[in-house]
Amino acid sequence: MRKISYAQAGMEALIEEMRRDATTFHLATSAPAELVDEFGPERVRATPIAEGAFTGLAIGAAGSGYRPIVSWGMVTFSFVAMDQIVNQAAKIHYMFGGQAKFPITFRASVGGGTKLAAQHSQSPYSMFMNLAGLKMVLPSTPYDMKGLLKSAIRDNNPVISFESSRLMGFEGEVPDEEYTVPLGVADTKRVGSDVTVVALAWLVHEALAAAEGLDKEGVSVEVIDPRTLVPMDHATIRASVQKTGRLVIADEAGPTAGASAEIAAVVTEDGETFSKMKAPVKRVCALHVPIPYSPGLEDHVFPNRDKIAAGVREVLTAG
Amino acid sequence: MTLTAEKQLEMLRSMQTIRRFEERASDDYREGAIYGVVHCYIGEEAVAVGVCAALNKDDQIISTHRGHGHCIAKGADLKRMMAELYGRETGYCKGKGGSMHIADFSIGMLGANGIVAGGIPIVTGAGLAAQLEGKGRVAVSFFGDGASNAGPFHESINIAATWKLPMLYVCENNLYAAGTAAADTLALGDVAARAAGYGIPGVVVDGNDVLAVYKAAEAAVARARAGEGPTLIECKTYRWRTHTERPGQTDPRPQDEIEAWQQKDPIKRLADNLMAQGLLSEEGWQKMDGEILAAIEQAVKFAEDSPFPDLEAALEDVFAE
Ligand SMILES: Cc1ncc(C[n+]2csc(CCOP(=O)(O)OP(=O)(O)O)c2C)c(N)n1
Ligand SMILES: [Mg+2]
Repeated sequence: MRKISYAQAGMEALIEEMRRDATTFHLATSAPAELVDEFGPERVRATPIAEGAFTGLAIGAAGSGYRPIVSWGMVTFSFVAMDQIVNQAAKIHYMFGGQAKFPITFRASVGGGTKLAAQHSQSPYSMFMNLAGLKMVLPSTPYDMKGLLKSAIRDNNPVISFESSRLMGFEGEVPDEEYTVPLGVADTKRVGSDVTVVALAWLVHEALAAAEGLDKEGVSVEVIDPRTLVPMDHATIRASVQKTGRLVIADEAGPTAGASAEIAAVVTEDGETFSKMKAPVKRVCALHVPIPYSPGLEDHVFPNRDKIAAGVREVLTAG
Repeated sequence: MTLTAEKQLEMLRSMQTIRRFEERASDDYREGAIYGVVHCYIGEEAVAVGVCAALNKDDQIISTHRGHGHCIAKGADLKRMMAELYGRETGYCKGKGGSMHIADFSIGMLGANGIVAGGIPIVTGAGLAAQLEGKGRVAVSFFGDGASNAGPFHESINIAATWKLPMLYVCENNLYAAGTAAADTLALGDVAARAAGYGIPGVVVDGNDVLAVYKAAEAAVARARAGEGPTLIECKTYRWRTHTERPGQTDPRPQDEIEAWQQKDPIKRLADNLMAQGLLSEEGWQKMDGEILAAIEQAVKFAEDSPFPDLEAALEDVFAE
């Protein structure tokens, strides 16, 4: 099968969906050349640096029959649009009694490792998960990126696609044929029997690398990628933990009230799963600090394959 | 007021320091000694220097993502700046900020900022503090043409105009916001024209003429100190380099446009002017440049000799004591 990058897979999803549906259009502070070339400046707009305004514009256009795709660039810049996201997009369908649909796709890159310091290194998806009314995905491979983004664009709700900046150049197999990945379905990236590692985005790859190393020590690790954060596939995660009895959660974000906390709760508040657990849940996350610039400090703050492997060993000895 | 030769030579030195500092930072970034991102101000030096020459040490400024020029013009220490770029413990932010986040509160430099227009309300708050304090201090917001389209600019300038805050809003209109031309995002050609909507003076200045920038800033500072409120100064200028120093960026700007602006070099313009008046000799200029290069070399040495932060420092400064 052909291989393309994570970033290119996202672009392919946009191009295919914009061909498929004439009500789609694209808003961002810079207009991607590949989209302008095919769809023209009418449907591919370079906006002023006014995230609050163009996020709101997308909501209004969506409620008026269009299907906007908004690229905030880094998630950092979405914060400028918080009113439109939190008070408007998340609530508008419910609050007005479902009168109109608001099909909007928001794209935002997340994560660190780029030595861009605190404002440009953030993984704040749990802030958005905490709101009711927004769906959100977090792909870890080019295949998932393309398939999830296509589903997001077709969905009749606001969907945020969080995309890992560390994975932009990562290449993986993507078929030529048309496909989608449904929202709300986790993927077992590696089958194992001793410990479940639920990992997000870049950390899926770190978890897979850790699993390879642990395999040599005779430890069999299962790696689950939720892929969609809202709605989350509870069944797949719980079934895996019921099988292994041990859970490590790996997330590039900090732990406090994070996606990792949500996943831990999903597992432990289910009686059937909890009764099969042999050890406490272990979270391997970033330290709970703004991300520092200096390279040694930055590396120190983030989780990685070694920290995941240590977490796996810990849950193995704990019970 | 005509400027003394001494003051003009000081402005020349400051502009050339910015340029040499950034040439070095760019080289060291490409060699991997500086990380993340570096945005260069080269070509726009007259704006920061012309404005800051009209300020006192206790006046406050806020910068943008393109912040080295504002730091140097306000009098920041090159050693601590370079150490910050190198990610060292001795840097202005203890290695936590890098190029995009240098601040020196002791000289009224309230920080470079990674968020377009993010600094504008903050420095307007410094203006509010100056008004409350009543000692005649002023505050200056530097921002780009791109930032002038963002809500915080409009919201802040309206408050400052209404409350007559002692503010200068200095727009560095370099005709582009990253890859997007100002012509495609501004309904009016002049940002300064918007001042009328807020009932304050709006001035367009040749941003490559440091003396013209100084004059405009001096008048605005006098107005602010007199309690008459803010002024919007738009400096037409141009950045010579790509948006950031990352190699391989696409730059939509036409080559002849870049070259035409390089002909309007603000540093050469002042140096030639001073030479024509007999206030600077060719040797004097060479000597000044040599001194600047030596100071930058020392700054690099200081950075290289400084340790990286201890890993425990990652957990420090989340909260104040
Ligand atoms: C709120 C926000 N949106 C987008 C960005 C990404 N970004 C960084 S610099 C820049 C262009 C800024 O242009 P301008 O204000 O004209 O300043 P210049 O770079 O020309 O000095 C953009 C879009 C950002 N940093 N902040
Ligand atoms: Mg600009």
